[in-house]
Amino acid sequence: MGGDQHRRSALIQLAGITKVYGTGGAATHALRGIDLRIDEGDFVAVMGASGSGKSTCLNILGCLDTPTSGSYLFRDVEVSQLTRNQRALLRRHYFGFVFQGYNLLNRTSALENVELPLVYRGIPAAKRRGLAKSALAAVGLEGHEKHNPGELSGGEQQRVAIARALVTEPQVLLADEPTGNLDTARSVEIMELITSFNRDRGISIVMVTHETEMASYADRVVNFVDGQVESITRHDEVA
Amino acid sequence: MLYNAFRLALQEIRRNVMRSSLTILGVVIGVAAVITMVNIGSGATVQVTEQIESLGTNLLIVTPGQRMGMGQRAPAPAFEVDDAEAIAREVPAVAGVAPSSSQVVTTVFGNENWRTSIVGTDNQFLEVGNWTLEAGREFTESELRAGSAVCLLGATVVRELFGDQDPLGSKIRLGKLACQVIGSLHSKGQSTMGTDRDDLVLIPLRTFQRRLAGNQDVRLIQVSIQKGSSTEAAEEDIKRLMRKRRHISQTEDDDFSVMDLKEITKMLTGTTQVLTALLGAVAAVSLLVGGIGIMNIMLVSVTERTREIGTRLAIGALEREVLTQFLVEAVVLSSFGGVFGVLLALLASVLASKALNVPFVFNPGIAIVGFLFSVGVGVVFGYFPARKAARLDPIEALRHE
Repeated sequence: MGGDQHRRSALIQLAGITKVYGTGGAATHALRGIDLRIDEGDFVAVMGASGSGKSTCLNILGCLDTPTSGSYLFRDVEVSQLTRNQRALLRRHYFGFVFQGYNLLNRTSALENVELPLVYRGIPAAKRRGLAKSALAAVGLEGHEKHNPGELSGGEQQRVAIARALVTEPQVLLADEPTGNLDTARSVEIMELITSFNRDRGISIVMVTHETEMASYADRVVNFVDGQVESITRHDEVA
Repeated sequence: MLYNAFRLALQEIRRNVMRSSLTILGVVIGVAAVITMVNIGSGATVQVTEQIESLGTNLLIVTPGQRMGMGQRAPAPAFEVDDAEAIAREVPAVAGVAPSSSQVVTTVFGNENWRTSIVGTDNQFLEVGNWTLEAGREFTESELRAGSAVCLLGATVVRELFGDQDPLGSKIRLGKLACQVIGSLHSKGQSTMGTDRDDLVLIPLRTFQRRLAGNQDVRLIQVSIQKGSSTEAAEEDIKRLMRKRRHISQTEDDDFSVMDLKEITKMLTGTTQVLTALLGAVAAVSLLVGGIGIMNIMLVSVTERTREIGTRLAIGALEREVLTQFLVEAVVLSSFGGVFGVLLALLASVLASKALNVPFVFNPGIAIVGFLFSVGVGVVFGYFPARKAARLDPIEALRHE
């Protein structure tokens, strides 16, 4: 850990996080004690084989899941103690999600999809529309506002999803295999888009991927093996 | 939030027009059935009330003999004209007293003949029974006193004997009695019991007694009570008076009976009201089935949209917000059903009242109740699927295929 890390304030601190599914003999240990610190403005890639616990870790980071034991501090708040509703509010105000399968609402225009998180934030319709339009423009989808997901290519759908994740200007963007369904050219476009948001807007990014090329966009790569952090590679150190 | 949920619900319904319309059909039929049944029932009640009131309101009917159950009567001496006069004289609340006797005979005019009931009475009969004259005149005092051979014809008798001809001034035969027609009565139509109330001929009581019956009997006394006076008190007064006049000792039962028409009205409308409630309740079962249809389709919808729900939850929707969204959708569906149900009920009530020959009564109260019921059905049957949606685990939901 370089000294420059400590100048920035810790956004996320995981300490001894475990996650166990089932009980007794049938228990599966998805996470076996994870310690991880993510600072504001970090771009972290999480890699590992399937079943290594990387997705579980991302779900816990995104407050979608709760750890079995251990401490998760988000902005110095102990998340594992929060109720379901409190965690939903945390997601609403601080997190943006990008999924492998895009998860856009069918038969709903790109613009309305991007507006969705703003609806839950209670932002008035006119302002919502404006914000969603500029978010779509930021991902290079001007003129596609009226299109439904079915009328867009995979790459375009993922851009809409990114616009939806970023329209609220979250502190953290959590991306679960964002390029998993895309060809190389589209993947590079998406990665450059994500990287630009990290660089230009200082949004922290945690991305799960199994592709080394995609992980190479991150500052740090966390390798998961069998529910534990095996190694952390800093790209600036590598380079 | 509620406005958004409402907009979303409309959007969702528009997306599945066919499925939504089939779903609400259950509620439409349920609401329409309840409202129509109640409307028809109300119509029947109004009809019963109207018919009894057309007999005359505040009417007491005094007959000799006691009812012995199922139409049997203990033999008892008839009344006389004096009894009627005594009632008129001694019971203070009395408005009119009409003594009468009747007999069924064959009436003949030209080649036509018709069996009908001949009622010997006086002009009070018209007043007490709410009869009005279609044409001609009432009996004169001298005709009543002298027992003249004059008669007033009911509408049915006019039709059967005269067809389209004017009966006034014609001579008809009532059994052996030749009689001049001096007037005809305005039609009253069928009674609640299905008998034709226009099938009668009125002649002066004295004429009846002397020339048809051959006795001085009065078989029936109709007594109308002044508006605002208690019929119960008048009934008691009449009973006391009759017991005295008929020399009934304290230990003996009445050998006559006094019926209050209001009681009969109450009894009959009570019956139709019970019937209405029963029909409504049966129809409400179909509304219940409609509700189950909504629950079914909402459960399908929740399953189909599991990924959408997962996305919404991930983005930060609260449980309460997801619950509201699906609940509102169910309520909007069922309310649509309610609106169309009310419209269908309006149509069905008009047609049914025509087909069943009861007056058309559209009760706005029951229409509103029916609509509110449909909304309630949406809330009750939408709650379970909506709760299911709200309680989904976001991670599972996001993974759902």
